[in-house]
Amino acid sequence: MFRRAPLPKSYTDFLGRKFFLFLLTVQGLGAFALITLGVILHKNNVARNVIRPRIRQEVARAGVALLPMFGFVALALGFLVVGQTVSALAKVGAISYLGSTMVIVVVRELGPLLAAVLVLARVGMANVIELGTARALGEVEALEALGIDPVHYLIVPRVIGMALGIFALTVYLILGALGSGYLFAFLQDVPMTPGDYFRQITEALGWLDFALLALKTIAFGFFIATVTCYHGLAQPLRLEDVSRVAVRAVTQGIIVCVLIDALFIILYLLA
Amino acid sequence: MNENQNIPAIEMRGVNVAAMRDASFAVVEDLNWSVAAGEFWVVAGQEHSGKSDLLMLAAGLMSPTRGIYKLFGNDTKTYGEAELAERLRVGFISQGGHLFNQLTVAENVALPLRYQKNYTAAEAEREVQALLELMELTPLAEVTPSNMAANWRQRAALARALILKPEVLLLDNPLAGLGARHLQWWLRFVDQLSRGHEQLKPMTLVVTADDLRPWQNARRKFALLRDKKFIPLGTWSELESANNPIVKELLAAQLETTL
Repeated sequence: MFRRAPLPKSYTDFLGRKFFLFLLTVQGLGAFALITLGVILHKNNVARNVIRPRIRQEVARAGVALLPMFGFVALALGFLVVGQTVSALAKVGAISYLGSTMVIVVVRELGPLLAAVLVLARVGMANVIELGTARALGEVEALEALGIDPVHYLIVPRVIGMALGIFALTVYLILGALGSGYLFAFLQDVPMTPGDYFRQITEALGWLDFALLALKTIAFGFFIATVTCYHGLAQPLRLEDVSRVAVRAVTQGIIVCVLIDALFIILYLLA
Repeated sequence: MNENQNIPAIEMRGVNVAAMRDASFAVVEDLNWSVAAGEFWVVAGQEHSGKSDLLMLAAGLMSPTRGIYKLFGNDTKTYGEAELAERLRVGFISQGGHLFNQLTVAENVALPLRYQKNYTAAEAEREVQALLELMELTPLAEVTPSNMAANWRQRAALARALILKPEVLLLDNPLAGLGARHLQWWLRFVDQLSRGHEQLKPMTLVVTADDLRPWQNARRKFALLRDKKFIPLGTWSELESANNPIVKELLAAQLETTL
């Protein structure tokens, strides 16, 4: 009788260890996200004169400061993806599908995901390094000694700032990409007026697109900030660990973004 | 004298102190210690003898793994939000100060006040400026910690702890690495804190040290951490007259080399 040969012990050990590490990471991230959410709700009115300016700072860092880069990316996205799609649809006589294609490609998928990944790379990485360094230098213990909740002071502004920042940047990215996309199509002599182009897009957009776009981008911001802050703050670090932890946080951030995106695809399909 | 004045500021009975980095490892065992209001204690010990861990516990930042620990007479196992006001009656400065590098000195000093009392920057400014002036830190008010010498960072950390006007101040090895001029300033200023100052009420003080000699003073009490034991040594005169080999070593200024 054929029997499957047992897997090498070291290989099963490796997989088992990875699996349990994965579960521990999920548990840690989940607990950290719940604690952060609890602090946001519970300490809404605590030290407002300190926390609100910090939230504004984080909105500026994760939103306003990234506008020039997002302007460039919107232009590139419009030229590379939207413009080519419009011109291809015109060539095959499927220009009437333009609105729904743009909404699916740019509004639902590419816009939010690209915005999230760019903010993760620019601001998420900085979060891990800043918090990891602060932890390694004993600043977090100093906050506790002064009766300042480190989650409230360090994490809450970053989470709110990043959620608002990604939401706003996604809107700008989508508008910029759609606008520059038409410009590219116009340069290619696609027979379509700007009025027709934008009417098709607005007709393809439903209230659900707006609601889910807002929810999705806020979820991206919340979880990217949570993952990056968790890795920077939740465990004691040495300075030499910070760069390694930053890479791990960004990798996990991308995985989380893809999982959230998949969840929202299911929501779109169910709606 | 009212009843509250008879309650020790810090009281430990049969306490085990765990290491900050590894809660399963006890750095001090069976600690019995009482710090009365207004006292000035100097606790000496070698590196890694548990001085910092002891102060963290005394500040209510760690829980004892065994025994009874009372802060102002209250037996509290862990200090959460509800007990925060009680815990803030104790100020704690870790070795090196650990200022926040993103903030200037003035912002560092203002932060606890602004956070605890929900002050705007303008509302906190008067108190902060007065304290910076008292501690000769005004010229460095707008400087960030990474652009200051360690001597001044330590002083700024003291200012940050004092802004909340604690009743008990715990200083972890405050003289470590200080230049001669700053060392003299610290000894003078800490003595003022103990006796009372026109801007600050007299405080109960506990400092840790590698060397007892700079802290020589008749009003102070001394203790030693050695081999996981807390050994009270008494006042300076008792210390000098004691026929204890450890004390003799301390007085011979061989603490670091002989322990």
